[in-house]
Formats: sequence, structure tokens, C-alpha cells
Amino acid sequence: MKEEKKDKFDITTHSLVPEHIKLTEEEKKQLLQSYNISIKQFPAISQDDAMAKKLNLKIGDVIKIVRKSPTLGQSTYYRVVIK
Amino acid sequence: MTEYVYKKVGSIVFGVLSPMIIKKMSATKIVTPELYDKEGYPVDGGLMDVRMGVIDPGLKCKTCGGKLKECMGHFGYIELARPAIHVKYVDTVYDLLRYTCKSCGRIYADEEKIRIHKLAIEEKTKTEKYIAVKREYEEFASSLKTIKKCPYCQAKKVELKLEKPVSFYEEDQKLTPIEIKTRLEKISDADLELIGINPAFARPEWFVLTMLPVPPVTVRPSITLDTGERSEDDLTHKLSDIVRINQRLFENINAGAPEVIVEDLWELLQYHIMTYFDNDIAQVPPARHRSGQPLKTLTDRIKSKEGRFRYNLAGKRVNYAARTVISPDPKIKLGEVGIPIVVAMDLTIPETVNSWNFAKLKEYVQRGPKEYPGANYVIRPDGTKKQITDETKEQLLGELAEGFIVERHLIDGDISIFNRQPSLHRMSIMCHKVRVLPGNSFRVSPAVCFPYNADFDGDEMNLHIPQTEEARTEAEVLMSVRKHLITPKDGSNVIGCIEDAIVGCYLLTKELTLTKEEAIQLLISIGVDDSEKFSKLKDKVTGKEVFSVLLPDDFDFVGESKNDEEVIVKKGKLIEGVVDKNTIGSEGGSMIRSLYVTYKEAGFEITEKIFRLGIAVLLKNGFTTSISDTDITEKLKNEIEEILTEAEKKAKRYIKQFEDGELTPIHGRTIEETIELKIIEALTEARNDVGKLIAKSIPEKNNSALVMARSGARGKILNLAQMAGCVGQQALRGQRINTGYKKRALSMFEDNEMSPEAKGWIKNGYKRGLKPYEYFFHCLTGRDSLMDTALRTPKSGYLYRRISNALQDLRVEYDETVRDANRSIVQFKYGEDSIDVSKSENGTIDVEKIVKEVAKL
Repeated sequence: MKEEKKDKFDITTHSLVPEHIKLTEEEKKQLLQSYNISIKQFPAISQDDAMAKKLNLKIGDVIKIVRKSPTLGQSTYYRVVIK
Repeated sequence: MTEYVYKKVGSIVFGVLSPMIIKKMSATKIVTPELYDKEGYPVDGGLMDVRMGVIDPGLKCKTCGGKLKECMGHFGYIELARPAIHVKYVDTVYDLLRYTCKSCGRIYADEEKIRIHKLAIEEKTKTEKYIAVKREYEEFASSLKTIKKCPYCQAKKVELKLEKPVSFYEEDQKLTPIEIKTRLEKISDADLELIGINPAFARPEWFVLTMLPVPPVTVRPSITLDTGERSEDDLTHKLSDIVRINQRLFENINAGAPEVIVEDLWELLQYHIMTYFDNDIAQVPPARHRSGQPLKTLTDRIKSKEGRFRYNLAGKRVNYAARTVISPDPKIKLGEVGIPIVVAMDLTIPETVNSWNFAKLKEYVQRGPKEYPGANYVIRPDGTKKQITDETKEQLLGELAEGFIVERHLIDGDISIFNRQPSLHRMSIMCHKVRVLPGNSFRVSPAVCFPYNADFDGDEMNLHIPQTEEARTEAEVLMSVRKHLITPKDGSNVIGCIEDAIVGCYLLTKELTLTKEEAIQLLISIGVDDSEKFSKLKDKVTGKEVFSVLLPDDFDFVGESKNDEEVIVKKGKLIEGVVDKNTIGSEGGSMIRSLYVTYKEAGFEITEKIFRLGIAVLLKNGFTTSISDTDITEKLKNEIEEILTEAEKKAKRYIKQFEDGELTPIHGRTIEETIELKIIEALTEARNDVGKLIAKSIPEKNNSALVMARSGARGKILNLAQMAGCVGQQALRGQRINTGYKKRALSMFEDNEMSPEAKGWIKNGYKRGLKPYEYFFHCLTGRDSLMDTALRTPKSGYLYRRISNALQDLRVEYDETVRDANRSIVQFKYGEDSIDVSKSENGTIDVEKIVKEVAKL
């Protein structure tokens, strides 16, 4: 029953869900370096988040979110997966 | 020089006092509820015992020998005859009793579970934030609630109930604090650590009090009334209650009194100790004075707005400040504030004597505190402060030399900081220069009312005088009014013309023509004496040319006026258009903003001149509004009547259709909703038509009300239409009025009547007067909106407090990220586009305009 419901709707296709991209370890390292901060100082996203589940993310992964922005057209945001 | 030793605080541990520590830190044991003996001397072993510190001048502390203010006070203790539970720890006690076995005292978790938990804690302390570790402890603890059998001694768990505030029941059997204490004692240190309690600082049996610390006398000083009577602090009252009951309990136990009596007294002791800590616990009647007002106990001292944190630690009181009513002064400069002489003679500025100001300061001292401008105090180089009085004056004058500091009265040009609460944005506190004036109120230019959100219906404002050169410089450079013409909210201006200044400039640039003499007279009167420009004026001068005199020669500007006409300034000449609220107003006046952006502080001066010009024009020409401004011709009256009757007819048609069932509903609406909407639409349209008709038909000439509305100075065309034509439909929660009686709003209407007048349609205008039922409906909505604002203000104030506290230390770093106090990232790019809003136009940057400007160069 539950599985069936999952298949019914793919949230990534929803117009209000922005694009989520998982960063590779290399990219993650570079990102941390460019902002000169530790992973704890990043904005967080729960592991239970629908998108985190969808992308099969583990704790400590960093995702890049490309949002539509009324001022800039497109803006990027990063979040680290936490428990 | 004093040497300071700097040390960094490594960590702070909060813990619970153990009975042993309480005894150790105490200077005395309290055994009697009496306070003073017959001579009025504190009783030994009483609550005001001199071993706990002194509050009387003359007495010496028996513990440390210090006198009043030297001795900080010492704790005492009360040994309780029977233990009592600490109210603030009942929840913890309740949890602990449920997590542990009644018979063996072990925690309800087997070895395996403990092992996993320990690993998780170790892992999380290393990798995650404090909050995650805390959550792990909480989750582990609450998982113990469901276990029914002790994994160690196999004893069955007995259901324990907490009856608020402090009674525990086990299968309807009440547990005494003694039993609770013995159970808590059984829990091992190792088990406590699993739940997140550090046994070194908080053994659970300490949550049940056997020893009560008595705060020093200095914490609860008594006040001597005028009559010589002593009035004790609430805490002392409460403590003496505790001691009294405690002593009685001791006596009864020793005398072998029946169990019932002992238990009653025990309960009473528990009550007093409970209210000593917190006097508003649910289900517990608060302890009261004889007069009936509740006692202020420990919790009351700490919590909420009047508590230690928000009142004493977060709220600071200052010297060198003044507060009075503000009143307008159109002639005062924008960056000045008029200060009453009495205030100027009370607030002082310390000035060090040197060879250049010696003579001047000597004069100040000579005049003393009673004559303006004088001085109140002289500070000698050794730091002693001397008040200047008739007696000391001669001596002080004699010894006055370089290096002395004279606290002189305020004089014109001194720096002050001016503030109006609520301080919601940074323009609520700005730096003004002092202008000493007669009278008793602070005088403010009407142009700075907008940033302060002030008016003159009794508003009061605060004034501060910075005392050091650094503070004054900082105030002047960072906070001065001229630095705050533009708001950081959206980059528009907050200072500009208001009310009559707008009307004046509007009339001037729209229709006035002056002779050369008149024009120069006008300009000289506002302080403009640009003889070069005056010489270029012709014999007949238009208002636009007069206005242009204020503008710099190289100023170019294109803007829009309120009624969408272009306003063009070329090479400092107003060529086309009329200035009004949109161009010179105090909220988004595009010309003011442009002047400030182009000429910086010189632009500020021009703004000031424009403001004064507007007022000068009205002074010269006169401007008044009266009831005759709402007069309309007979023809116009008939036209309005026609529009209104037409609308009513239309409404009637809809009702007819509705009754005949011919009305087709709008999609997604019921028929009832449809008819309501249609009627409202017809009526609003009619009112708008009336407004338009009036705006079109009344000549602006000789009609001040219309001029005010058109220029944007005050009022809307709508207000004029409501006076001259028709007030319109009164709405309650977005609907026509449908409350009151059953099925009708007033008893004069029929049941379910749908006609416009039965549901709040006001056909008449204010001038002609309202019919009784119309008046009633008008009051109804008036009352409703009054209530609404009265209820909304505190709510939004609280919301603002919360958001400002939450965001208070966010800042934009050099890498354009927004970070909080932990340097954690909140935004990766400030506002997603890294635009400094205060330098933008309404949040955007007009690249095209910049390119054009650069190309011109």
C-alpha cells in the first residue's frame, strides 16, 4: 500500500521542488575550503526530508540546491544532511 | 595604574546544592522565627542574625567584621524536621522514579541497551552539536518508560502517579518525601550518567530538601518606614513561615504527637517551602500578605519583564539624559533639536581646561549653576568633584587651572542623541545638534517626524548627551540626521517634505507667478542668497523658476508625479511637471533621493531649503480648508443622485433575479454568495464613480481640500467624495453588515431583507448628514476597526521583539555570506543577489541608468 503510494507521485517533478544535486567528496572539500568553515556551520537538512530520502543521502552528505530566485533568476544553496 | 589580570572562562557548571554544602557555606543555623529582640537588635539564630550580614549602618557583621556595604552577606541554613520536595525538580524526580527499579535501584535497561547507548553518546559528542547529544539522552530515557520488568532483579514495575504539584501515589498509596528520598539514594552514579545527570553536581536525593539555605540579609533588606516601623522583605516573611512551622513540627515529633498532626504540619511545611521558591504554581493557592496581595518570592525575582534578566541585566539606565514632550518648529534646522533652558542647565558636558578655553570656562564657572550658560561642577586633576555653589565659587575660581575639568551647561552646537520609542529601525535614534530655546518642550523639525514616526499629540522623546570626545565623534559621524536621509529598508528617502511643505511647493510649481521682487523676497526669507541666480531672474518669475533657484546648476532628473505626469529637471531647471509627494515627499520622494545620491550632504541642505520654501509660499499666500470646499453645484448633485439611484436599481434587479431563481452563480460560489458579491460590486462601483465625478467636476482653484488630495499632502479624493457625495458601503469582515438581530441587522428592516440600505449602504455624504440607521452602521464598522487596531498593536509588537531577538547578531561577512554568532552560514549570498538595498532603488539596481550616466561623462 505504502509502496504503491510512493510510485504514484514523484516529488522531483513538482514545480515547487527545486533541483537537488548531491556533491562528490571532492566538491564538498572544495566548498568547505572556499567558505573556510567546518561542516557543522552549514545549513542543515534532515535525513528524513523527502528529497534526502529520494536521493538516498547519508549523514554528512552535502547537497546543492538550485532555486528559482525573483531577483537573480537562479540561486544556489548548500545544505548538509543531519540526523 | 591598576593592573588587570585577564583570564578566559573555560567552562561553567550548574549544579544542585547538597545538604553538606549548604551546611558548609552557612554562617549560622536558623532556629527561631523571631527577628528582633525588645531593643530592636537582631536575635541570634533568627532570620536577621548579624552573622548573615548587616543592613543597618553602624552594625558590624559577626562573621567577617565588615560594615554595611563592605560585607556582602553570608548564607544561613534551616534544618528541616522532615524532608520536602523541591517544586522545581518534581518532574525530574518523577522521571527518575519511573526509570529505575523500586527494589534494586537499577535503571530499567539491560547491559546490551546500555552498551549501545554509551557508544551512541561517545560518537555524538565527537561529531555532532550539543543538541544532538541532548536528544540522544532524552530518547534513551523516555524509552525506559515502557519497560514493565526490572532486567536485574526481575521485580515487576509498579505504576507511579504524580499528582501535581508534589504528591506521588503508588497504587493509591501516597509516598512520603522520606520514601522518595531513600529510593533516589539507591540509584547508582553510573546509572545516573546514562540519563545525562552528572552525579558529582546533582545527586537526585538532593532534589528532596533536608537542609534549606537561607539567603543573606543583604538579599532581603528590610525597609524602615517614616513612622519608624520596620517592613520586612517578602522573602523574610516566607522564611519565617517556614521556620515557624519547622519548629512546631520538631516539637510535635519530639513530644510524640499523633501521626495525623505531624502529617498535617509536614504538609504545611511542604506548602511553605513550595511557595518560597515559586508563588504561582498551578493548583497551589499563592501565599499572600495580610493585605491580600501575593508575596514576591524567588521565582518572581528572576522571571519575566520585571525580573532580574530583562529589568536589571538587559535593561540599562543612564545619566545625562532628558525626556519631555516634543513640539514642532518649522524654522529649526533638520539636524537640530530645540532644548528647553531648564534642560540645558541640568545636562552638562565635561570640558578640560587648557590655555585656549581658560577664559571662557572661567566665565562659565563664574556664572555658576543658576545662570545660563554656566557650569555645575568642577573636577580637580586628582579626581575630586566639586559642586559649584555660592560658597564654593570663590575658591574654585581661584584654583581653576589647566588640567581641571569643568562640567558646563549645554550650548548651541553641542552633540546630542535623540530617540523615540519604539526604536524599530536605526532612524529611531539619530544625532542632532543642540539648540537652546525658551519653553519647556523639545522642538523638532516636522520633516524628521517620519523617521521617528512622531507626531505632536503628546509624544515624548528622549535625549542623551555623549560625554567623551570619542562618543561625540562617533555619534556625529555615524548617527547624524544627514546620514540617515535614506533608509536601509529599500533605498528610498525617509526625510522630505510633509503636509504644508508639499502643498506649498505644489502650488508654487503649478500655478504661481511672482514679480522679481516677490521671488527674491521669498527666497531670502528661507535663507537663500544666491545673488548670481537672482540676477538672472526676469521681471515676471514663474513658480518653477523660483523652485529651480534651489537646485544645483548641473542637476538632471526625470521622475513621475502623482498623476503620472513627467517631472523633468535639466541643468538645474525645472522644465516640466509639478512637484508633489512622489517627488519631494518624505516616503519615496524620488527627487530628494536623487539630490542626496548626487550631492550627498549638500543634497541634504537642498532638501531642507525645499521644505522651507514650501512653508514660506503658504505663509505668503495663505492656505485654509473649510466646509465650503465640499460644496457642489446643483447639477453635480443631480448627477451623483443619478449614479446612486442607478446602482440601487441595479441591486434591486439582482435581488429580483435571485428571488425568481434566475441568477446564475459565479464559479465556485453559492447563489447567496453570488448575490452578495454582485451587490457589493455594484455599490462600490457607484461610490467610485461618484469620487471620479467629484474629482473631475470640482475646480482645483480655490479648493484647498482638493489641492491637498492632489498633491498628496493630506487626504485622498475618496475622503472628499465621502464628504461631498456618498459615504458608501460599510463592510464588516469583508461582508456587508449581517449581524445584529436574527435574520436582520436592525429591527426596522424586514427578515432576510437584502436591499442595500438594510445591510450597511450609506447613501448620504458626511456633509448632508447620515440617517439614523446609516449612522448606526457607520459606528459599527468604526468600532470594529478601533478594536482591531487596539488588539493588533501589542501582538505585532511581540512578533517584532521575537524576530529582532532571533536575528540580532546576523551579519554580512566580507565573502558576502550571511552568518550568525557561531559563524554558521544562514545565506550563501546576502539576499541571493548581494545587493546592498540601501544603495539600490527599491531593491534593484538600474544598470541602464548607470550606463547612461557614465556615457554622458
